[in-house]
Amino acid sequence: MEVIKIRGTEDTPNVLLDAQKGIIEFSGRSLPEDVMSFYAPVLRWIEEYIESPNSHSEVIFRLDYFNTASSKMILDILIYFEHLSKEGHEVLVKWSYQKDDEDMADAGEEYFEIVNVPYEMHSY
Amino acid sequence: MDKFDYKELVYSFHKEMLANNFTLVYEGEITHQITKAFTSLAENKMDSYSEDSTMKKKVFHVMVECLQNLSKHAEDVRILKNKGYSGNGIFIIGRVGQNNEDYHVLTGNVIENSRVPELEAFLDKINQMNKDGLKELYKKQMREGTLSDKGGAGLGLIDIARKTGEKLDYNFIKIDDERSFYTLRTKISRK
Repeated sequence: MEVIKIRGTEDTPNVLLDAQKGIIEFSGRSLPEDVMSFYAPVLRWIEEYIESPNSHSEVIFRLDYFNTASSKMILDILIYFEHLSKEGHEVLVKWSYQKDDEDMADAGEEYFEIVNVPYEMHSY
Repeated sequence: MDKFDYKELVYSFHKEMLANNFTLVYEGEITHQITKAFTSLAENKMDSYSEDSTMKKKVFHVMVECLQNLSKHAEDVRILKNKGYSGNGIFIIGRVGQNNEDYHVLTGNVIENSRVPELEAFLDKINQMNKDGLKELYKKQMREGTLSDKGGAGLGLIDIARKTGEKLDYNFIKIDDERSFYTLRTKISRK
């Protein structure tokens, strides 16, 4: 699968989708004008990836900010990896947040109350 | 020259803004570009007096959700060619509190009367909930709420209530048999 690298802007995140390395990474800010059109290609890539995944998948979220419309997309992404993990594949989600950003830490914890997937919390 | 007395009008707008401690007042089309411009204006301003980062994030968050509500849910929403959505409304941000240490965001837009009962019920439901209730509602809405093609899912209002810890202060002013003016005031307090 081709590596997808999207450079972030003031309202869209940096995205790295690398099947060879099993790395799926989002960083920066996410408040795109049209969440659907921004995330649709990402979700399509992930759908294809979980058909023939790497032996180890690492999903990294290192976001400074995301709006509520993006929060649903993040949930959808996590659900794909919950399925992958349930099928016995090795998956690790890393949720990073700025040291003083309690809301971002809480947002991560909330996702992991909904989605059953191995995860780690990191502050930076 | 016409007799239009702009001096008095401009001066009175100026005085009103100062008296109410409004830092930004805008009436008109709300687009994504406007949202980006206003949030970066507010961020720069808050940076200029080294506003606390938690406050900054909260203000930014409330501004984004309020502006997106206006751009996506206002009555006269138009779908712009390749430019997303735009709606009309009024957007105000100002300072409040004893020493002007807090912020508030005020919005207003026209909605159809037929949409009022549902919106009002939803706002009341949010206001009756405590912190844990809101958290569960947000999770439920995220799981079950289908994201409409406009990206709504009602998450914005729940999120505003959660991030600020304040009740949603709203009103509906009847314009005529068809339309009402919906106002919302969100306070962001230093806690």
